[in-house]
Parts: sequence; C-alpha cells; structure tokens
Amino acid sequence: MRRLTEFWRRYRRNVLAVLAFGVLLVVAAMAVFADLLYPQGPWEMVTRPFLWPGDRSQHLLGSDMLGRDVMAGIVHGSRVSLLIGVVATAVAFIIGTLVGATAGYFRGWVDDVLMRFTEIFQTIPPFMFLIVLVAIFKPSVTTITLAIGIVSWPTLARLVRSEFLTLRERDFVQAGFVIGMSNTRIILTQILPNALPPVIVTSSVIVATAIINESALSFLGLGDPNLMSWGTMIGAGRQVLRNAWYLTALPGIAILLTVLALNIAGDGLNDALNPRLKSG
Amino acid sequence: MSGVAPPLLEVRALETRFSTEAGLVHAVDGLSFSVNKGDSLALVGESGCGKSVTALSILRLVPDPPGRVAGGEILFEGYDLLKLSRRDMRRIRGGEMSMIFQDPMTSLNPVLTIGDQISEAIRTHESVSRRSAWRRCVELLELVRIPDPHRRVHDYPHRLSGGMRQRAMIAMAVACAPKLLIADEPTTALDVTIQAQVLGLLDRLKRELGMTVLLITHDLGVVAEWANRVVVMYAGNKVEEGRVDELFAQPLHPYTQGLLGAIPQAGRVHYTNARLHEISGTVPNLIDPPARCRFAERCAKAIDICHREYPAPFRPAAGREVSCFVAERDLA
Repeated sequence: MRRLTEFWRRYRRNVLAVLAFGVLLVVAAMAVFADLLYPQGPWEMVTRPFLWPGDRSQHLLGSDMLGRDVMAGIVHGSRVSLLIGVVATAVAFIIGTLVGATAGYFRGWVDDVLMRFTEIFQTIPPFMFLIVLVAIFKPSVTTITLAIGIVSWPTLARLVRSEFLTLRERDFVQAGFVIGMSNTRIILTQILPNALPPVIVTSSVIVATAIINESALSFLGLGDPNLMSWGTMIGAGRQVLRNAWYLTALPGIAILLTVLALNIAGDGLNDALNPRLKSG
Repeated sequence: MSGVAPPLLEVRALETRFSTEAGLVHAVDGLSFSVNKGDSLALVGESGCGKSVTALSILRLVPDPPGRVAGGEILFEGYDLLKLSRRDMRRIRGGEMSMIFQDPMTSLNPVLTIGDQISEAIRTHESVSRRSAWRRCVELLELVRIPDPHRRVHDYPHRLSGGMRQRAMIAMAVACAPKLLIADEPTTALDVTIQAQVLGLLDRLKRELGMTVLLITHDLGVVAEWANRVVVMYAGNKVEEGRVDELFAQPLHPYTQGLLGAIPQAGRVHYTNARLHEISGTVPNLIDPPARCRFAERCAKAIDICHREYPAPFRPAAGREVSCFVAERDLA
C-alpha cells in the first residue's frame, strides 16, 4: 500500500499522464458496463439508418447503414479492443520475458540460439505474419489474440535480454552469487525487479499496437465475425465513406484516443517507475 | 603454521588465467597461502596484481569464459572447493564464507529495501519464515550499528549514506554467520573517518561471531592498523609473507621495501621537501610471463640470477616467507 501511494505520488506529477489514465479508465468502464449501458447489444437495429450524430438524443452518435446504434458499437467494441490488447500483450510479455531473461542471463550459446530464433520472427513483417497466422487458423478472439501476441514478443524479448545483460554485471547480482543464491533466485529476486520498469513501459505501447493490429485485421474482414470491434465498424463504414464519414471517423477517434492514452500513460509510468528519478 | 589445527583456508599453487585477444593472461600464477582460524590476514598489492581475482577464485566466481582456474587447490576446512559440485558450492557461499565488495553504492539492489535484501540472504540458506528472517534483519542492523534499525529495514538503499550502505552490505554478508569473510577493498570508496569505523566494525564482528577475515587492500595504512598477518602480492604471485609487525619492521623483499618507502610519514616527509621514494618502472605484462623473478626489471638490488630463474620461497622463520634471491643470500 505504501509503495502504491508512493507510486501514485510520482505518477501524478505528469498532468498529461493523469489525463491519459482518466481516458483509459473511461474506456475500461465502457468495457465493464457495456451490457448495462446497451443491454440489447451492438448488432440490434434500433432506429432508422444513417442517423447523424446529434440528430436524436437517445442515439447520441447516430446510427449506421442498418440502423444500429454507433454508441452501442463503440461501447461494446471497447471490450474486444481492450481484451485483445491486454491478453495479447500478456502473451507477448510471458514469451518475451522467458526468452529474453534466459538469453541475457545465461549468455553464450543459449543466447545465440534464442536470439537467432527471435530474429527469424523479426525478419517477417509483423502485419503480414499476423494475416498469415489468422488466415491459417480460423479467425476467432482466441486465435487473433494469440497471433498478435506471437508477432509482438520479439521486441520484448530483445528489451528484456539487453536489460539482463547489463544488470547481470552489476555488483548486487555478484553479491547475490556471493551469498549463495541459485540462478532462479537471482533472476527472480535480483534482476527481474530491476528489469521490469522499461518492460512495463514498452508493454503499454504494445497494448496500443495490439489494438491497432486488431482493428486493422477487422478492417480487412479478418476479425472475429461474431464480435463487434472498432476495426469492424471502420471496415463497415468504409463503403459509405462519402455520405456518412462519421461511421469511420467515430470508431477511429475511439482508437486514436485509446492508443494515444496508452502511449502517454506509458511515458508517465516510465517517470514513475524509474528508480533513478525516485526522490527521497 | 602452528601445526596443531589445520588452517581454515589453504590456497595451494593457485593458477587463474584469462584468455584475451592478446593472449593468455596469468592473473594468478602459482599463489599459495593459508588463513588460520581467527586470523586477520591482509592480502596486499597494487592494482592488477591479482588480489581480487584470488578472492573470486576462492569463491569460484571467476567469470568463465574468459577466466578459468587452471590449476591448484583451494582447501576450505579440508575440502577442495575446486572439486565441489555447484550445489555444494552455493551452500558454502554465504553460509560458510562470504564476501563484501569495494563499492557499497552499487552492491545493493536499488529496487529492494534493506530488509528485503538481508532477509533474502537469510532465506537463501535457512528455511525460516519471512517474519523471523525480518526480525533477524533488525538484529543484524543493530549488530552493525545502524541507528534506528526498525525504521531502516524499510528504507531503499538510495536513502542510506555510503558508510551505512557498507554496514548494510556487511550485515548481509554476515547474515548466516560465515566462518570466513573476504573483504575486497571494503574501505576504498569511503572517507577516512568512515574507513576507521568500518574496520572497527569488522574487528568487532570477528570477535563476536568468531569469524576469520581475509582483507584485500592496497592501503598499507589499513594493513598496519588492522591485520595481524600480511601476504604481499606482486604480478600474480606472493613475494612476501609474515606477521604484520615483523613485516613492517623488517621488510625482506625489495618490492615490500619499496612499498613501505613510498608511504609518506608524519614528521619525516610532511614538512620537508624530501621526495617520496617510488618504485620505478611498471608492472610487467602478465601475458605469458617468463620464468624468472617478475620484479627483477624494477629491482635496484637485482643480481644475475634474478633475470634467469624464478626464486623459490625461502622461510627464514616460522610464518615468515620471502621469494627473493637477494634476501635469501643476505639472510643465509
């Protein structure tokens, strides 16, 4: 608890980051309370088609070509975007930390093998790779999430590895050896806590990238057909771009705000987690 | 050697080498010495003479590659540490022998509190609850005289001064009451008053915990004040060994004589314009060193044989040893 308040005290110093955190809270609230706010779901045709935003107060953001409420779509879409963003990042985090920590800690041939393996993934353009993966497996939330996780981990692996390489040489790690700690213990208690801050910051950016990737997939029609996501909405609105541009713009703004908020919050985290900036 | 009890630590013909692009560096080359129980032994020598590598070799922490302990024996309570399994070696590190480092600023983990780190050290060796490990932490901080230990256990290292950090480091090193404590230049990064306090602390812990301390230093002032026995190293090997009073009163090896001559002494040099003595030349290259006295080129007393052969250790008295043809000739 003490650490949490201390953390918040430092995070608070960055006003923009607090604002971004607020935006993320709103998005998270939308995701959590989607069923309460729009119990009928995002697919229901509730009004006449092509209702412009502001035309009718009960459908604040208007309706699409089938008369579905855009606001309901954005609220329910936040669920998919956040879920995929967070879970895909968790997948990338687990693989990336395991691979990077092992490579950076043991060095030598272990490092060579793991890093060459990582480079194989890095040489393939991530979005192409993502499309291939989703095309091979049937598009569903699970496969899309895993696929995004699989294309995102190399960045984290390289970051964790470089952190481990430098931290391993530090005196306090040597001190850990001197007092007889095992490799696992040194990795978990000495090195990992020091390596985490930059990894967490990068993870927040990876959440943002994952959301964009998911939207791009849905835009191309490779998303989960049973789920309304922001990308799906943009994809659908594209056909009527000339007379109802708001159908692409509104979910686009939702993506923009969320991704921007994640990036800014990442910067805020960086300041708050950096031990060198910790004041007494 | 007393001949009754075997030494706690005995290093025999230790050879530690590092392979570099320029060639094989013989960092420690046939070093032998022993540490008796209760000793305060100082390992003295200039930078790069292999003091720290010796310490790392004893703990088997020489970075491999590029380093390697190529030969010799390190007997700790009769067991050859070089033959132990990694697992047994881990039990010995921290449990039976421990080490403190030169720079207390970097030797503590910045993201863990002092209490977390010390209890981690305790729990590495003993299966005790988090609670009782924490209690022991407070006791240990009290033992090393950190004021207000109940509050300090919750502090992060950056809140402590250099001297306090070194105390915390020492508390961590002695957490499991090791029999041997290796102190690698523990006072070099501290100012003089703190130095004296830390040395005093080491002395007290030695008595209270029954520890034996191997102090690695280049500071002869610290040696004179603190140690009871001295091993002088030069270029990877021992040149002289003896009780501290004997060695300071009558240094036998020209290198030791040179070292002692280079110390400014109150009254003798301070207020005069006399130049301090220096040892001319530089430390020899340790890549494939030739088989002759390493100090010969810098030695004012060198005779023919010094440039041809390696001097064998000569023991003029019990516990006294020198590797020098000139000293041997003069004493014989």
